[in-house]
Amino acid sequence: MERREFLQKCIMVVVGASVPVSALTFIDPKKVFAANPDIQWAFLVDTNKCVGCGFCVKACKTENDIPFEAHVSRTWVERYVYTKDDKRYVDSPQAALHGFIDSRIDLGRGEFKEIDPKNVGKAFFVPKLCNHCSSPACTQVCPVGATYKTDDGVVLVDRSWCIGCGYCIMACPYGARFFHPVKHVVDKCTFCYHRLSKGLDSACVNACPFKARRMGNIHDPNDPITQIIMNERVGVLKDEFGTKPQAFYIGLAQEVR
Amino acid sequence: MYSYHRKSNVMEWKNQPAKYGVSGRERMHEYCSACHGAVVKVRTEKLHGIIPCEDCHGPAMNHPENPEKLTIDRSRELCLRCHTNLPYTTSERHRIPGINPKTHNTGAECVKCHNPHNPSLEGMK
Amino acid sequence: MVEQVAQHAAMVVHGEAWTIKELFTLPNEYIYWSIQIVMYPFMTGLVAGAFVLSSLYHVFGVEKLKEIARFSLVFSFALLPVAMMPLMLHLQQPFRGIHVLMTPHFTSAISAFGIVFLTYASIVATEIWLVYRKYFVETAQGLMAMQNRSNIDSFRMMVFQALTLGAWDISEEAVEKDHKACKIMAGIGIPVACFLHGYAGFIFGSVKANALWMTPLMPVIFICSAVVSGVALCILTYVIVQEIRKYLARSKMARWAREADAPKAEELEAVKHTEVMISSNYLLYFMIAAMTLEILDLIFRGYTQVKSWDILREVIMERDFTKIFILQYTIGNLVPFIMMILPGRTVRRTTIATVLVLFGVFMMRYNVVIGGQAFSLSFSGFMDYHLPIIPHDLETFKEGLFGALTVIATPFILFYFINMFIPAFLKEEEKAPH
Ligand code: HEC
Ligand code: HEC
Ligand code: HEC
Ligand code: HEC
Repeated sequence: MERREFLQKCIMVVVGASVPVSALTFIDPKKVFAANPDIQWAFLVDTNKCVGCGFCVKACKTENDIPFEAHVSRTWVERYVYTKDDKRYVDSPQAALHGFIDSRIDLGRGEFKEIDPKNVGKAFFVPKLCNHCSSPACTQVCPVGATYKTDDGVVLVDRSWCIGCGYCIMACPYGARFFHPVKHVVDKCTFCYHRLSKGLDSACVNACPFKARRMGNIHDPNDPITQIIMNERVGVLKDEFGTKPQAFYIGLAQEVR
Repeated sequence: MYSYHRKSNVMEWKNQPAKYGVSGRERMHEYCSACHGAVVKVRTEKLHGIIPCEDCHGPAMNHPENPEKLTIDRSRELCLRCHTNLPYTTSERHRIPGINPKTHNTGAECVKCHNPHNPSLEGMK
Repeated sequence: MVEQVAQHAAMVVHGEAWTIKELFTLPNEYIYWSIQIVMYPFMTGLVAGAFVLSSLYHVFGVEKLKEIARFSLVFSFALLPVAMMPLMLHLQQPFRGIHVLMTPHFTSAISAFGIVFLTYASIVATEIWLVYRKYFVETAQGLMAMQNRSNIDSFRMMVFQALTLGAWDISEEAVEKDHKACKIMAGIGIPVACFLHGYAGFIFGSVKANALWMTPLMPVIFICSAVVSGVALCILTYVIVQEIRKYLARSKMARWAREADAPKAEELEAVKHTEVMISSNYLLYFMIAAMTLEILDLIFRGYTQVKSWDILREVIMERDFTKIFILQYTIGNLVPFIMMILPGRTVRRTTIATVLVLFGVFMMRYNVVIGGQAFSLSFSGFMDYHLPIIPHDLETFKEGLFGALTVIATPFILFYFINMFIPAFLKEEEKAPH
C-alpha cells in the first residue's frame, strides 16, 4: 500500500467514525434558543410611586374576567403602616379593588383600626402579582403539566387540562394563585399574555397613572426597564425559596413578604 | 424549566380578546380627543392628565362601535381612591391633595363642583 | 331572585365558605386543602398500616397473628379504593382526575400517585388471590357439583369460577408454590406500602412555601403514624367483628354458626385475646417511634427558631394548643399509651385505647393539614377553619362533615361485600396454607 493511499484510507476511517459520533451529540434547538431567547418578560414595581388607587386591580379584573364580587384577584395592592410606637399594620381590603378609601386598617373579621395620624411613622403601598419566577415552584408540582412556563418567561395555566387539585396554590410562596370562581380551575396572572402578544401593555401597567408598574424585556439591554434593573438597587420578594422571581421591586422593605 | 405541556394552549392564551385600548397615555389622549376633543380639551399634565381615560370610563377597545358608549362613574368613591386623606408622609400619596370624605361636602357628587378632566381649583364650575 | 342567589353563590370562591381570615392575609389565601385532604393521608395511612400488620405474619411468620393477619389483608383491600376517594372528592375537576395517569408530569410529587397506588393495589390483589386461590377453587367446584342450583348459587359459581382465573390445580405442590409466591409478594408489599404512605408525607413535606410542612421528617413521621393507625383500626374492627361472630355463634343466627363444626363462642374469645394482645404490642412499638419523631420535629423548630418560628409558635402554642397538645398528644397518644403499658391489660382496655389512638392519628393529620394553612404566607395573619356541617351545596357536602363521613363509612361497606366472596374468617379445614 502506498503511503498516500494509506493516508487517504486513514482519513476516510476517521471521518467515517466521527460521523456517527457527531450525529449522536444532538443539539436541542430549544435549548440553544432558551439560552438566548429574544424576549424574556420582567416586571418592575416602584413602590415609591404607588398611591394605592387600585386602578390596576380594577383593570386586571375587568380585562381578565375575574368577577369583581369574588374575593380573589390576580393582582393586589398592600398597604403597610408603621406606627411610631413600633407596630406594623398591613391590609388589602378586597385586594384594593376600590383603592384605599378608608383611612382605617382592615383587621379582618369586620374589625377596623383607626391609627392616630400623629403616630404614623412610615407608610407605603406595595402592588403585588405573580412573579413569573425563573424556576417556579408551581409548575414543578403540577401533576399533569397544566401549568407551565412559556419560552418568553410567562407562567400560564392550561384551563382545559387543570384538574383543580390545588397543589400549585400550596406551592406558590407568593399567594398568587387561586381557584377561578366561575371556571373552577386554577387562575393566576398571565402578564396579560394576550395583550403582550398584540403589542399592548398589560392591563395593570396600562392603568397605572403613576408609572409604579412597568414591564419590559429583560433580555434587551436597551429596554428602559432592563436599564433600571441593571443600574439601580432593586429587590425581589422571598428570594429564600430559590424561585428566582422576575418581578423586581424598587423601595422594598424587609417586612414586605 | 419543567416545561412539558399542551403546546396549543399558548396560542389559546394569545388569542384571548383584549378589552383595554391603545397603550400609552399620550396616544390614548390623542385618540380620544379626536372625537371628544371638545369635552376633554383642557388638559394639564400636572393634574389629572396623568390618569388614563379608561381608568374612570372603563375599557374602550372597540369604542365607539362596541361599546357604543362608555360608562360614566360619578360616584364619590371614584375620586376617593386617590383623594381620601391618608396621613402617609413617606408615600407618594401625600403629594395628592387629600380631603376627609366624611366632612368634605358630603352627600354631593364631587363632579358637581369639580371638573374631573381639569380639576384645577381656579377654574371650578 | 333565585337567579340572583345562584349568581351570588357562584361568586363564593373555593375555600371562602369555611375560611375565616384574621389580621393580614393575602387576598388569594384560603384553606384550600380542607377536610378531604385530612382524610387522604388518614385513609392511605390505614391502608398501609393494615397491610404492614398482615405482612408481619406472611413475611416474618409471626404465627400467632395468623387470623388477624388474614383479616387485615382483606380489610386493607377494602380500604384501598377509599384512599383515592378523598382526592376525587377534593378535585375541582373530578372528571379530569384521570389526567394524572394519562399525562403524569414527573416533577410533581402527586403525579406518581396513580402509579404507586396501582402498583400497591395489584400487590394486595395478588396476595389475596394467592391466599384464597384454594378456597376459590374448592368453592367453585362445590357449587359446580351442586344439583339444581338456585339463581344466586349460579351467580356465585360464575364469580368464583372467574376468581380462580383458570388456575384449578390445588395439589400439595401447587398450593405450596402459592405459599412461597405469597411470601415474596408480601415482602415486596411492605416497602411499597411504606412508599405509598411516605410518599403522602413527601407531598406535604416538599411544599417549600409552607413553613409548617417543610421538613424532611414528614415522610417518616407519616409512615410511623400510618402503621399506628392501621394496626389500631385492624384491632378495633377485628374485635368488633369477633364480637358479632361470638353473638352469632351463641344465637346461631348465621348459616355457618348452625353447622356442626362451627367455632364455639369461647374458642373465638380465646383466639381474639391472643391476637389482640400481640398486635397491640406492635402498636406500642410504632407509637413510640411516631411520637418520638413528632416531638423531635417540634423541639427542633423551637430550638432553631428560624424566621417562621414566631408565627408557628403562635399557631402551635396558642391558637391550636387544644387541638395539638390536648386532643392529639394527650388524648390521642399519652392516654392510650398509658392504658396499654399498665399491667393487666385486657382486650376491652386495648380496644378503647385503639379508638383513642385512631382519634389521635386523625388529629395529627388534621393539625398538619389544616394547621399548615392556619397562618398567612405573609406571616402576619391567620386563617380559621370551620368545617361545614350542614351542606347547602355540592361543595360544602363534598368538603364537609358528610363528605368525610362518607369516606369513613365506605371501607366498612366494601368490606361487607368483599367478605361475601373473600371471607376474612375461614373454617379450619378450608384454610389456605398461608
Ligand atoms: C370615533 C370617535 C370616538 C372616539 C375615538 C372615542 N369616542 Fe367616546 N364616544 C363616541 C360616540 C359617538 C359616543 C356616543 C355619544 C353619545 O351617544 O352621546 C361616545 C361616548 C363616549 C362616552 C359617554 C358619553 C356620554 O355622554 O354618555 C364616554 C365617556 C366616552 N365616549 C369616552 C371615550 C374615551 C375615554 C375615548 C378614548 C379611549 C373615546 N371615547 C374615544 C365617539 C368616540
Ligand atoms: C378621574 C376620572 C376621569 C378621567 C381620568 C377621565 N374622565 Fe371623563 N369623566 C369623568 C367623570 C366623573 C365624568 C362625568 C362628568 C360630569 O358628569 O360632569 C366624565 C365625563 C366624560 C365625558 C362625557 C362628558 C359630558 O359632559 O357629556 C367624556 C366624553 C369623557 N369624560 C371623556 C374622557 C376622556 C376622553 C378622558 C381621557 C382623556 C377622560 N374622560 C378621563 C371622569 C374621568
Ligand atoms: C388616580 C388618582 C386620582 C383620581 C381617581 C382622582 N384624582 Fe384628582 N388629582 C389627582 C392628582 C395626581 C392630582 C394633582 C396633584 C398635584 O399634582 O398637585 C389631582 C388633583 C385634583 C384636584 C385639584 C387640587 C388642586 O389643588 O388643584 C381636584 C379638585 C381633584 N383632583 C378632584 C378630583 C375629583 C373630583 C376626582 C373624581 C372625579 C378625582 N380628583 C379623581 C389624582 C386623582
Ligand atoms: C359642594 C361642592 C363640592 C363638592 C361636592 C366637592 N368639593 Fe372638593 N372642593 C370644593 C371647594 C369649594 C374646594 C376649594 C376650597 C377648599 O379647599 O375647601 C374644594 C377643594 C377640593 C380639593 C383640594 C383640597 C386642597 O387642599 O387643595 C380636593 C382634592 C377636593 N376638593 C376633592 C373633592 C372630592 C374627591 C370630592 C368628592 C368626594 C369633592 N371634592 C366634593 C367644593 C366641593
